[in-house]
Amino acid sequence: MKIAVCVKQIPDPASPYELDPTTYNLIRPNEQVLDDTDRYGVEVGLQIAGDTDGTVTLVSMGPSGNLNGIRQALAMGADGAILVDDEALKGSDSLTTAKILAAAIAPESFDIVIAGTESTDGYSGILPQQLAELLGVPALTYAKKIDVDGSTVRINRQTATGFDTIEAPTPVLVSVTAGVVEPRYPTFKGIMDAKKKPVDTKTAGDLGVDIQVDQRIVMVVPAPSRSGGQVIVDEGDGHEKIVAMLEQAKVI
Amino acid sequence: MAWVFIEETETGPAAVGLEILTKARELGSPTVIYFGAGSEAAFATLGDYGATEVFHLVPAEGSTGIAAATAAMADLATEHNPDVILFGQTYTDRDVAGRLSARMGKTIISNGIDVAVDGGVGVTTELFGGAQLVTTMFEGEGPHLVLLRPKSFPAEPAGGAAPTVTAVPLPDPGHAGAARVVGNFIEESQGPKLEEAAVIIAGGRGLGSAEAFGLIEQLAAPLKAATGATRAIVDAGWVPYSKQVGQTGKTVKPDVYIACGISGAMQHLVGMKDSKMIIAINKDEEAPIFGVADLGIVGDVHQVLPKLIEALENR
Ligand SMILES: Cc1cc2nc3c(=O)[nH]c(=O)nc-3n(C[C@H](O)[C@H](O)[C@H](O)COP(=O)(O)OP(=O)(O)OC[C@H]3O[C@@H](n4cnc5c(N)ncnc54)[C@H](O)[C@@H]3O)c2cc1C
Ligand SMILES: Nc1ncnc2c1ncn2[C@@H]1O[C@H](COP(=O)(O)O)[C@@H](O)[C@H]1O
Repeated sequence: MKIAVCVKQIPDPASPYELDPTTYNLIRPNEQVLDDTDRYGVEVGLQIAGDTDGTVTLVSMGPSGNLNGIRQALAMGADGAILVDDEALKGSDSLTTAKILAAAIAPESFDIVIAGTESTDGYSGILPQQLAELLGVPALTYAKKIDVDGSTVRINRQTATGFDTIEAPTPVLVSVTAGVVEPRYPTFKGIMDAKKKPVDTKTAGDLGVDIQVDQRIVMVVPAPSRSGGQVIVDEGDGHEKIVAMLEQAKVI
Repeated sequence: MAWVFIEETETGPAAVGLEILTKARELGSPTVIYFGAGSEAAFATLGDYGATEVFHLVPAEGSTGIAAATAAMADLATEHNPDVILFGQTYTDRDVAGRLSARMGKTIISNGIDVAVDGGVGVTTELFGGAQLVTTMFEGEGPHLVLLRPKSFPAEPAGGAAPTVTAVPLPDPGHAGAARVVGNFIEESQGPKLEEAAVIIAGGRGLGSAEAFGLIEQLAAPLKAATGATRAIVDAGWVPYSKQVGQTGKTVKPDVYIACGISGAMQHLVGMKDSKMIIAINKDEEAPIFGVADLGIVGDVHQVLPKLIEALENR
């Protein structure tokens, strides 16, 4: 199977995020990391490719920076990457991103396109569905288990109360939840190999997508914050303080 | 003119749909796109909450119906040209909204907690776990697509009459519509529902093991509380997803929320920070959860919880 996995480089979530004071866009440093959410997609892709003698191509849009995040996914074992990096794409909405990814993916005729259910920094949570519609393929979303049987892909789709088992023939898009598989750690050899793997960098123009973003952030204000309460160190009587609070709230 | 997409659940129109319908009454007389088998009772409920007109979409037997419903909605929206189409930030709503956005070439704003239509359509979202509020305006022609988080508005019936219901045939979307439902599984759940409980006891990775979630259940019993969890322990397989509170789980606003061994990551906070009272137990005094807690106990859950359970059981 020929598999594409959509992955995103994001600023390290461990360091505080900063917004550009005029555009309110997230400031993206040169050094970015692979969105942790996408490690699940990469792992699923690698497992299916392993079982079907297939290949995994990463597809990504955003500022390349030093490519650290892409290399992390290549080090896990992906074969190569297509990266769309274009100054004009700064502040893109999810539809523009989906159009770009679709334009990069469509000519390659992939059997399975994999995405996360939501990214850590953008979390619009609708890009996979937009991408499926643009590609004209069915979407198997919120997968918590995936099986490939010939040309049929079957998943357990997370629901509020359990799961539905749904299936579709390839070509198909699958969005995966975190926790679906245990992502592998790159080996030393994987890290070395990643440096030599092909990263094909394109612009929006190369793909023939014209960019039009129909939403604009106009205001960011601090939210009314909760008044900070008391914090006390438990000295064997912490439970008594809690009981007193529960009495005050009239729930006991 | 506002349209509201509402999915049918086991108990009738989705709760989040009725919340959004209540809000949509402020924006003019709302039309509902109802997705599911439908019934007299369901339509009466929609009317009661203010729908004057309903377009009814029924998924074909065995199909998820998502792509077909999207195609039908795109045709309807082109014909009637609503100003806004509102969805809940839920799984099925996201599937339909995402496809519709791409099909119609319309941008979409996700994770809304409020929507306003004076001088253009604006949507409020939360950033950094709710520390900041962002206003985003649509530009260009409608319909403007918005996904709104559950519990953003109270659901209040308005005593409206039964709406006009139009059954809309679903087109065959070809390969895009090839997803079929071949089975389903519903998890057993006991006790009060997370969304409705007055008290919630939630556990995180600080519990240390799946077995220790038993402490959460033991504490919930005397308080008639529902039990909740962080994504960390759902992903670890300790508890089912239906217990997850936060950005990708449930939004809750109980009278009391007791967070046990939970760090307070922003994705967790957005789901529970509007609880009336928050109590947190965490051994790390720097844990962000203490920033929203009315009472913070710096301590070990394995010390504090057994004593608390005993104290409550002895009352
Ligand atoms: C796109 C996206 C969506 C997400 N959606 C959600 C969501 O919906 N809900 C959600 O919860 N998370 C969500 N997350 C994950 C979130 O970022 C955190 O990883 C998660 O909430 C952490 O869970 P935790 O607090 O259980 O674990 P940790 O962050 O590991 O915290 C454990 C805490 O327990 C404390 N502790 C350890 N031992 C003890 C002890 N013996 N007694 C007392 N305290 C102890 C530690 O001090 C620590 O603070 C999402 C993440 C992403 C990227
Ligand atoms: N810029 C991007 N490049 C590649 N994939 C992306 C990008 N943005 C989002 N995705 C994919 O779409 C999923 C959902 O993202 P989002 O819509 O931002 O919540 C992510 O988990 C990725 O797999």
